[in-house]
Amino acid sequence: MRLLLKYKWRVLGIVLILALSLVSLSIGVKSISLSDLFSQDDLSIKVMLVGRIPRLVAVLLSGIALSVGGLLMQQLARNKYVSPQTGATIDGAQLGVIIAMVFIPSISLKEKALMAFLFATISTLIFMYIVQKIKFKDIIFVPLVGMMFGGVISSTTQFIAYKYDLVQNASDWLQGDFSLILKGNYETLFLCLPCIIIAYIYAHHFNIVGMGESFAKNLGVNYNVVLYTGLIIVSLLTASVVVTVGTIPFVGLIVPNIISIYKGDQLRTNLIDTSIVGALFLLVCDLFGRLVIFPYEIPIGLTVGIIGSAMFIALILRGKKHA
Amino acid sequence: MLQVQELSKSFGQKLVVDGVSLEIHKNKITSFIGPNGAGKSTVFNLISRLIMRDEGHIGLDEVDISNWKSNELSKRIAILKQNNSLQLKLTVRELVAFGRFPHSQGRLNEEDETKIDEALSYMELEEFSDKFIDELSGGQRQRAYIAMVIAQDTDYILLDEPLNNLDIKHAMNFMKMIQKLCYELNKTVIIVMHDINFASCYSDYIVAFKEGQIIASGSTEDIMKEHILEEIYEIPFAIHELNGKKICVYY
Amino acid sequence: MHKYNKKLIWIGLLTLAAIVLFLTININPKYIQYALKLRVPKIFAMILASICLGAGTMIFQTITNNRVLTPCILGLTSLYVMLQTIIVFFLGASHVLVTNRNLNFILSLILLAFASVLVFRVLFLKQGKNVLYILLIGTIMGQFFGSISSFLQRVIDPNEFLALQNKLFASFKNMNSSILLITVICIVLLFLYTRNELKQLDVIALGREHAINLGINYDKAIKKLMLSVTLLVGVATALVGPITFLGFIITNVAREIFKTYRHTYLIGGSILIGIFTLAFAQVLVEHIFNFSTTLSVLINLIGGIYFIATLLIQSKKA
Repeated sequence: MRLLLKYKWRVLGIVLILALSLVSLSIGVKSISLSDLFSQDDLSIKVMLVGRIPRLVAVLLSGIALSVGGLLMQQLARNKYVSPQTGATIDGAQLGVIIAMVFIPSISLKEKALMAFLFATISTLIFMYIVQKIKFKDIIFVPLVGMMFGGVISSTTQFIAYKYDLVQNASDWLQGDFSLILKGNYETLFLCLPCIIIAYIYAHHFNIVGMGESFAKNLGVNYNVVLYTGLIIVSLLTASVVVTVGTIPFVGLIVPNIISIYKGDQLRTNLIDTSIVGALFLLVCDLFGRLVIFPYEIPIGLTVGIIGSAMFIALILRGKKHA
Repeated sequence: MLQVQELSKSFGQKLVVDGVSLEIHKNKITSFIGPNGAGKSTVFNLISRLIMRDEGHIGLDEVDISNWKSNELSKRIAILKQNNSLQLKLTVRELVAFGRFPHSQGRLNEEDETKIDEALSYMELEEFSDKFIDELSGGQRQRAYIAMVIAQDTDYILLDEPLNNLDIKHAMNFMKMIQKLCYELNKTVIIVMHDINFASCYSDYIVAFKEGQIIASGSTEDIMKEHILEEIYEIPFAIHELNGKKICVYY
Repeated sequence: MHKYNKKLIWIGLLTLAAIVLFLTININPKYIQYALKLRVPKIFAMILASICLGAGTMIFQTITNNRVLTPCILGLTSLYVMLQTIIVFFLGASHVLVTNRNLNFILSLILLAFASVLVFRVLFLKQGKNVLYILLIGTIMGQFFGSISSFLQRVIDPNEFLALQNKLFASFKNMNSSILLITVICIVLLFLYTRNELKQLDVIALGREHAINLGINYDKAIKKLMLSVTLLVGVATALVGPITFLGFIITNVAREIFKTYRHTYLIGGSILIGIFTLAFAQVLVEHIFNFSTTLSVLINLIGGIYFIATLLIQSKKA
């Protein structure tokens, strides 16, 4: 009972996720009730197994992957406003996807993921290199540079898209959308599970690296190894989502910030809270997008783009008041 | 005549300056001292119009400074803050020339050029005048900024912790320069300072702040007393006289 | 002093050469008049866009006290893209607002101006003075507009999308005298509005404390300048479409060439370099690439590489 109280928010979060997951499973053009499943209605079971369960799993995994990626990047860059979105990781992954599409037409999803991962890692590394070396480390300036750098990368993406007449298609691939998730095309997302486990095991290391190079040296942590491992994890998490679902902005930016407001910056405890809140946030947004214009749906990229930007601006203004 | 009456300022809920009144003596050096967070720098910023006051009156020649035209005021009061980290590529002479901006609005005439030359030679900067300021040492750069203030040619000079980042030798030279400025060129100088002994040796008047209020103010002689300093800083003090200067020891 | 004037004249001559090249390259002597009728308005548009972006970006960098940022990240370009997308989506590609260049221009101009003023009223006046915060919020707003645009773009009819695509990339096509005239009027008005503050830019570059010390009404000056920067960018965007990195390229090249703090030269130089770059890039696009790429893609690519290089070089120095 005591344990329950101590973790009441976590328990509440998990209960909410479970409840909303059931709601999520029951929404769709074909209405399915529990009794259909028990009566072994073939079609219902098929819809569940091929469509709805994969979708739910994808939503939850993406939520966790994006928010944990954001949390990790925030720690490593020592800046609350740095995330895969403001640190060029997402733009890099997009570039990887379009290059794979254009130059290797018969590419498989796994290879596409590999390309996205490669480019995401490269661009994140370049960005972090710049951040480390930059003189003027203002908390706002760093993400602005990241977004301009991201702009450079996405103008390359645009260049390719324009050249191959894919501008409209590109906007199709690039915006996050769960409606196309089916059994067989989302499994790449499971890549993020080992990443999160590694992040959890080495949480203290990342925490220490986040406090700076001299601090890490003092505590006997190999700064560069931990830093690069962290960045590779961030890139992997981001790439796996961009390849399977598309771009979902803001999750990695907002969720860790909210957690850090209430819980401080202890990474290992925050990892769990961030995962729970991230999954919950994306699940709510997904449900919202599916219900608002039912039976049509708004892609998750747009839903989160709208809700997320409003929340993020609120966060900035709040942060400013406290500063 | 620079006068401050019932000045108040709060940041959020916290009252940092609480009903401060003071009068600055002409052609003298006045130091503001006090512990961290006592409000001395805030009063400095209020007088130099870097921040807005909540209540009170700051008068220059009987007219409140908010009623002065910004440009006219800058011909009377010069301010110099601590963080002078300019990213611009400026030569010393170009920096000093900025001091003439209130008078000439960027179009330098012969009088301006003369004043710039005078300021440079007064601060013994002629040989550096074409060097970029980021190539200078800390002490030289400080002198360049003072030269700019001299070229600005104001009656009042306000300096916020000018001795930070200077070693003892440069700090001493700097204060001697300020004395020269005050007595030779008839400037009135206000300095925010941390080092009590520097304040004691080089200023005529001391204003001591604590918790947003003036706790003591008067001639250096009157303030440099054990019980007053102990009240300000809440630590024991011993005061010795060396060559006619009062030096305090704390431990 | 003298050497700066000399440099300015050299750049001016180069710019003139680029203009002449653009006007005369591959020209058919039989149709000189016709060809010039097409090319001269383009040159005017390039000049106007360079004035807006050169002056706007330089002032912006002075206010924010760093040379890496450009006002194009303020979200105005994304707003422009969203407006164009919305028009095509809801009214169709054959609607008069899409086909009539003048109407489209005026609508964009009004909307962008309105948005700039609004952003200003809400953020700048209420939230105090930190320009970087406003930038971050502007950028986030830009991403917000971007999400909406990319959603609409994916559901738009592919044929209509082609009409939209032309508007998403900067171009100097379809210029006419009334558009150019409106732009000139806007620029002149903005210049008159900030004529005092422009003279103070050299001092403003010293930072708030020094500027106040030297008798500048700093906060008011910043407000007026920021407002005109956003309006200048808005005018440029409405005129030619989004060219994110042009401002970045030309201001930084101008700084490299002039190595001074004097804004007369920095701004004048940026504008000339802007015209040179645009004319030259347009020649490349029209005659070398045969329109297989667009001007804005080219400029963004070059500007982007330059941007990264600048960041890396700057960071190496540190």
